[in-house]
Amino acid sequence: MGSGDLILQYLLSGITKGSIYAIVAIGFNLIFSATGVLNFAQGEFVMLGGMIAVTLSFYVPLPVAITGAVILVALIGCLLEVLFFRRLRRHSIMHMVIITIGLSIVIQEIALHLWDEKVRSLPYFTGKEISSVAVFGATISPQVLWVLGTVAVVFVLLHAFLRYSLQGRAMRACSSNPEAAMLSGINIANLRTLSFGLSAGIGALAGCVISPITMTQYEMGGPLAIKGFAAAILGGLGNPMGAVAGGLLVGVLEAFSVSKLPAAYNDVTAFAVLLLVLFVRPQGLFGSPTGDGVREF
Amino acid sequence: MKKLVLVGLGACLVGMLLCMPTAVAAEKKGEPIKIGAIFSVTGPASFLGAPEEKTAKMLVEKLNKEGGLLGRPVELIIKDSAGSPEKAVSFAKQLIEEEKVLAIIGPSTSGETMQIKNLCEENKMILVSCAAAEVIVNPVAKYVFKTPQKDSQAVTWIFNTMKEKGISKVAMLSSNDGFGSAGKKQVEGMAAAAGIEILCNEVYDKQATDLTDILTKVKGTAGVQAVINWSIVPAQSIVAKNMKQLGLNIPLFQSHGFGNPKYAAAAGEAAEGTLFPAGRLLVVDELADSNPQKKVLAAYKKDYEALYKEDVSTFGGHGYDAVLIVTEAIKKANSTDRDKVRDAIENLKGLVGTAGVFNMTPQDHTGLALDAFEMMTVKGGKITLYKK
Repeated sequence: MGSGDLILQYLLSGITKGSIYAIVAIGFNLIFSATGVLNFAQGEFVMLGGMIAVTLSFYVPLPVAITGAVILVALIGCLLEVLFFRRLRRHSIMHMVIITIGLSIVIQEIALHLWDEKVRSLPYFTGKEISSVAVFGATISPQVLWVLGTVAVVFVLLHAFLRYSLQGRAMRACSSNPEAAMLSGINIANLRTLSFGLSAGIGALAGCVISPITMTQYEMGGPLAIKGFAAAILGGLGNPMGAVAGGLLVGVLEAFSVSKLPAAYNDVTAFAVLLLVLFVRPQGLFGSPTGDGVREF
Repeated sequence: MKKLVLVGLGACLVGMLLCMPTAVAAEKKGEPIKIGAIFSVTGPASFLGAPEEKTAKMLVEKLNKEGGLLGRPVELIIKDSAGSPEKAVSFAKQLIEEEKVLAIIGPSTSGETMQIKNLCEENKMILVSCAAAEVIVNPVAKYVFKTPQKDSQAVTWIFNTMKEKGISKVAMLSSNDGFGSAGKKQVEGMAAAAGIEILCNEVYDKQATDLTDILTKVKGTAGVQAVINWSIVPAQSIVAKNMKQLGLNIPLFQSHGFGNPKYAAAAGEAAEGTLFPAGRLLVVDELADSNPQKKVLAAYKKDYEALYKEDVSTFGGHGYDAVLIVTEAIKKANSTDRDKVRDAIENLKGLVGTAGVFNMTPQDHTGLALDAFEMMTVKGGKITLYKK
């Protein structure tokens, strides 16, 4: 294997990890933009999506199982917002962040009791465990293409929704100036619920497409949330494009770190670069430098 | 409304208080022999802890149905450490100081066991660990025993098989937990003498979900003839899958940590041809009737699979052996004096367990010989004996 091929293989490996971080980061951003809350239970939505889809897939065909999981988790997301955040809005952001951390622990425990501690996974959407697709001399699991495709589709749809639909534009309005949005007759509370639902749904979809690669277990959410959070910060909080770029960047950094350093250091490399970027550009790579704009989409 | 709820709660509490003393009294009457157990029933090592817990429960229930030990019932107090050494330490303290158990079985992982090894030794508490790392019994601690085969024996089997296959240059992967790092040390220490050269030596996070980057490094290292992976976490399945996805078609050797059919199932077709040493429990159907372990293994497999509707694993077997060793020693000692039971464990000879035939000595607190292992492979999704 030539050194060019090797570099490409590292790149693909990084993209595999990065696309997973990216899709988690998109969900982070959406809730942050609409509500100002950093939702550390985002990883739990991913886990629930995977778990519910695996369970449903015993009874219905795979596409139906995934759709069902996404809808169910989106509803759970809405429910959590209504139950825990609707009345809390006057409290500080810190309160809400802590609540999301608490929620993530509760959801994990519930998942542990509903299912069990075992590792599950959905079947590969195309091919199986041993299939690989050749890309210019390097190889990649076909499932990675599914993940990348999902990231792209979610990104485009989300963008279109926020730009062109009335609901989406209302959501943007409420993120850039909640008071003005309220005065022009937008029901902010409902929009926030919607953003939780959407974000949970996206998380669940992520949980389904990554399940064949990472496998699904009740406690997979925590590490995912941390990496997704790092990706969102790196890309610039509130910027969905930044989330995708940030995610891929963290993944690729980790992969290339392995090529030079022992693998044990890959987190160190990723977070060292994250810190460096934040020293130079505190708003992240694609965030806007003014404070208000941070919550603009 | 609120008052009503409060009154209701109060009533419940009073009810519980009334019930409690009678329940406690009923237990005290039979004077149960208390045995503590620390298993990682949940968490990243649940592949080990969950079957161990189920097995221990099953055995103790059976024992109590048959009249218990020395005419007394056995009470098993199980704590779930979720694979966390910190929790294992606090549970061990709880079992020693509050529950005052006779012996502790478990923990499931080497990392946890090493954290409580000294604690048990200082408190003169019998510990029969279900974890595999050799450091648990080497150097020997007076009160600490373990049931799985030793790491060094697994390495010997792997290296011997490599020699037969003409493999001398390998890549070594291990997880960053107690089991992984203990195995890594053994492989590193024994490689030179066996004429094996480690060209690439990488450690990954125990929660890793994708290892293509590390395996790319292996692929880019010239001359690697085989991969050894040493871990107990689901990464064992991921290594197999990622190797195939990268087109890395060299033999994959795994440690005895691969001895749960679920790992092979999780890796699907990618697990085909994986080579690993393990106890005979996984291949009980292939054993000759003359094999001394056959009867024990077949009975355990039948009972476990009937009760829990899932495949047995060698890990559940380690739990079986731990319960067996403690209960046999109590019978031999004919006493629940901790030091007498400890002496009895150290003198157990020819005890047929699931991992092999135990012959404990003051120097060897595992008591299993090299032949407790067999080399296994995965063929058509089934674990079977490896034949040259």
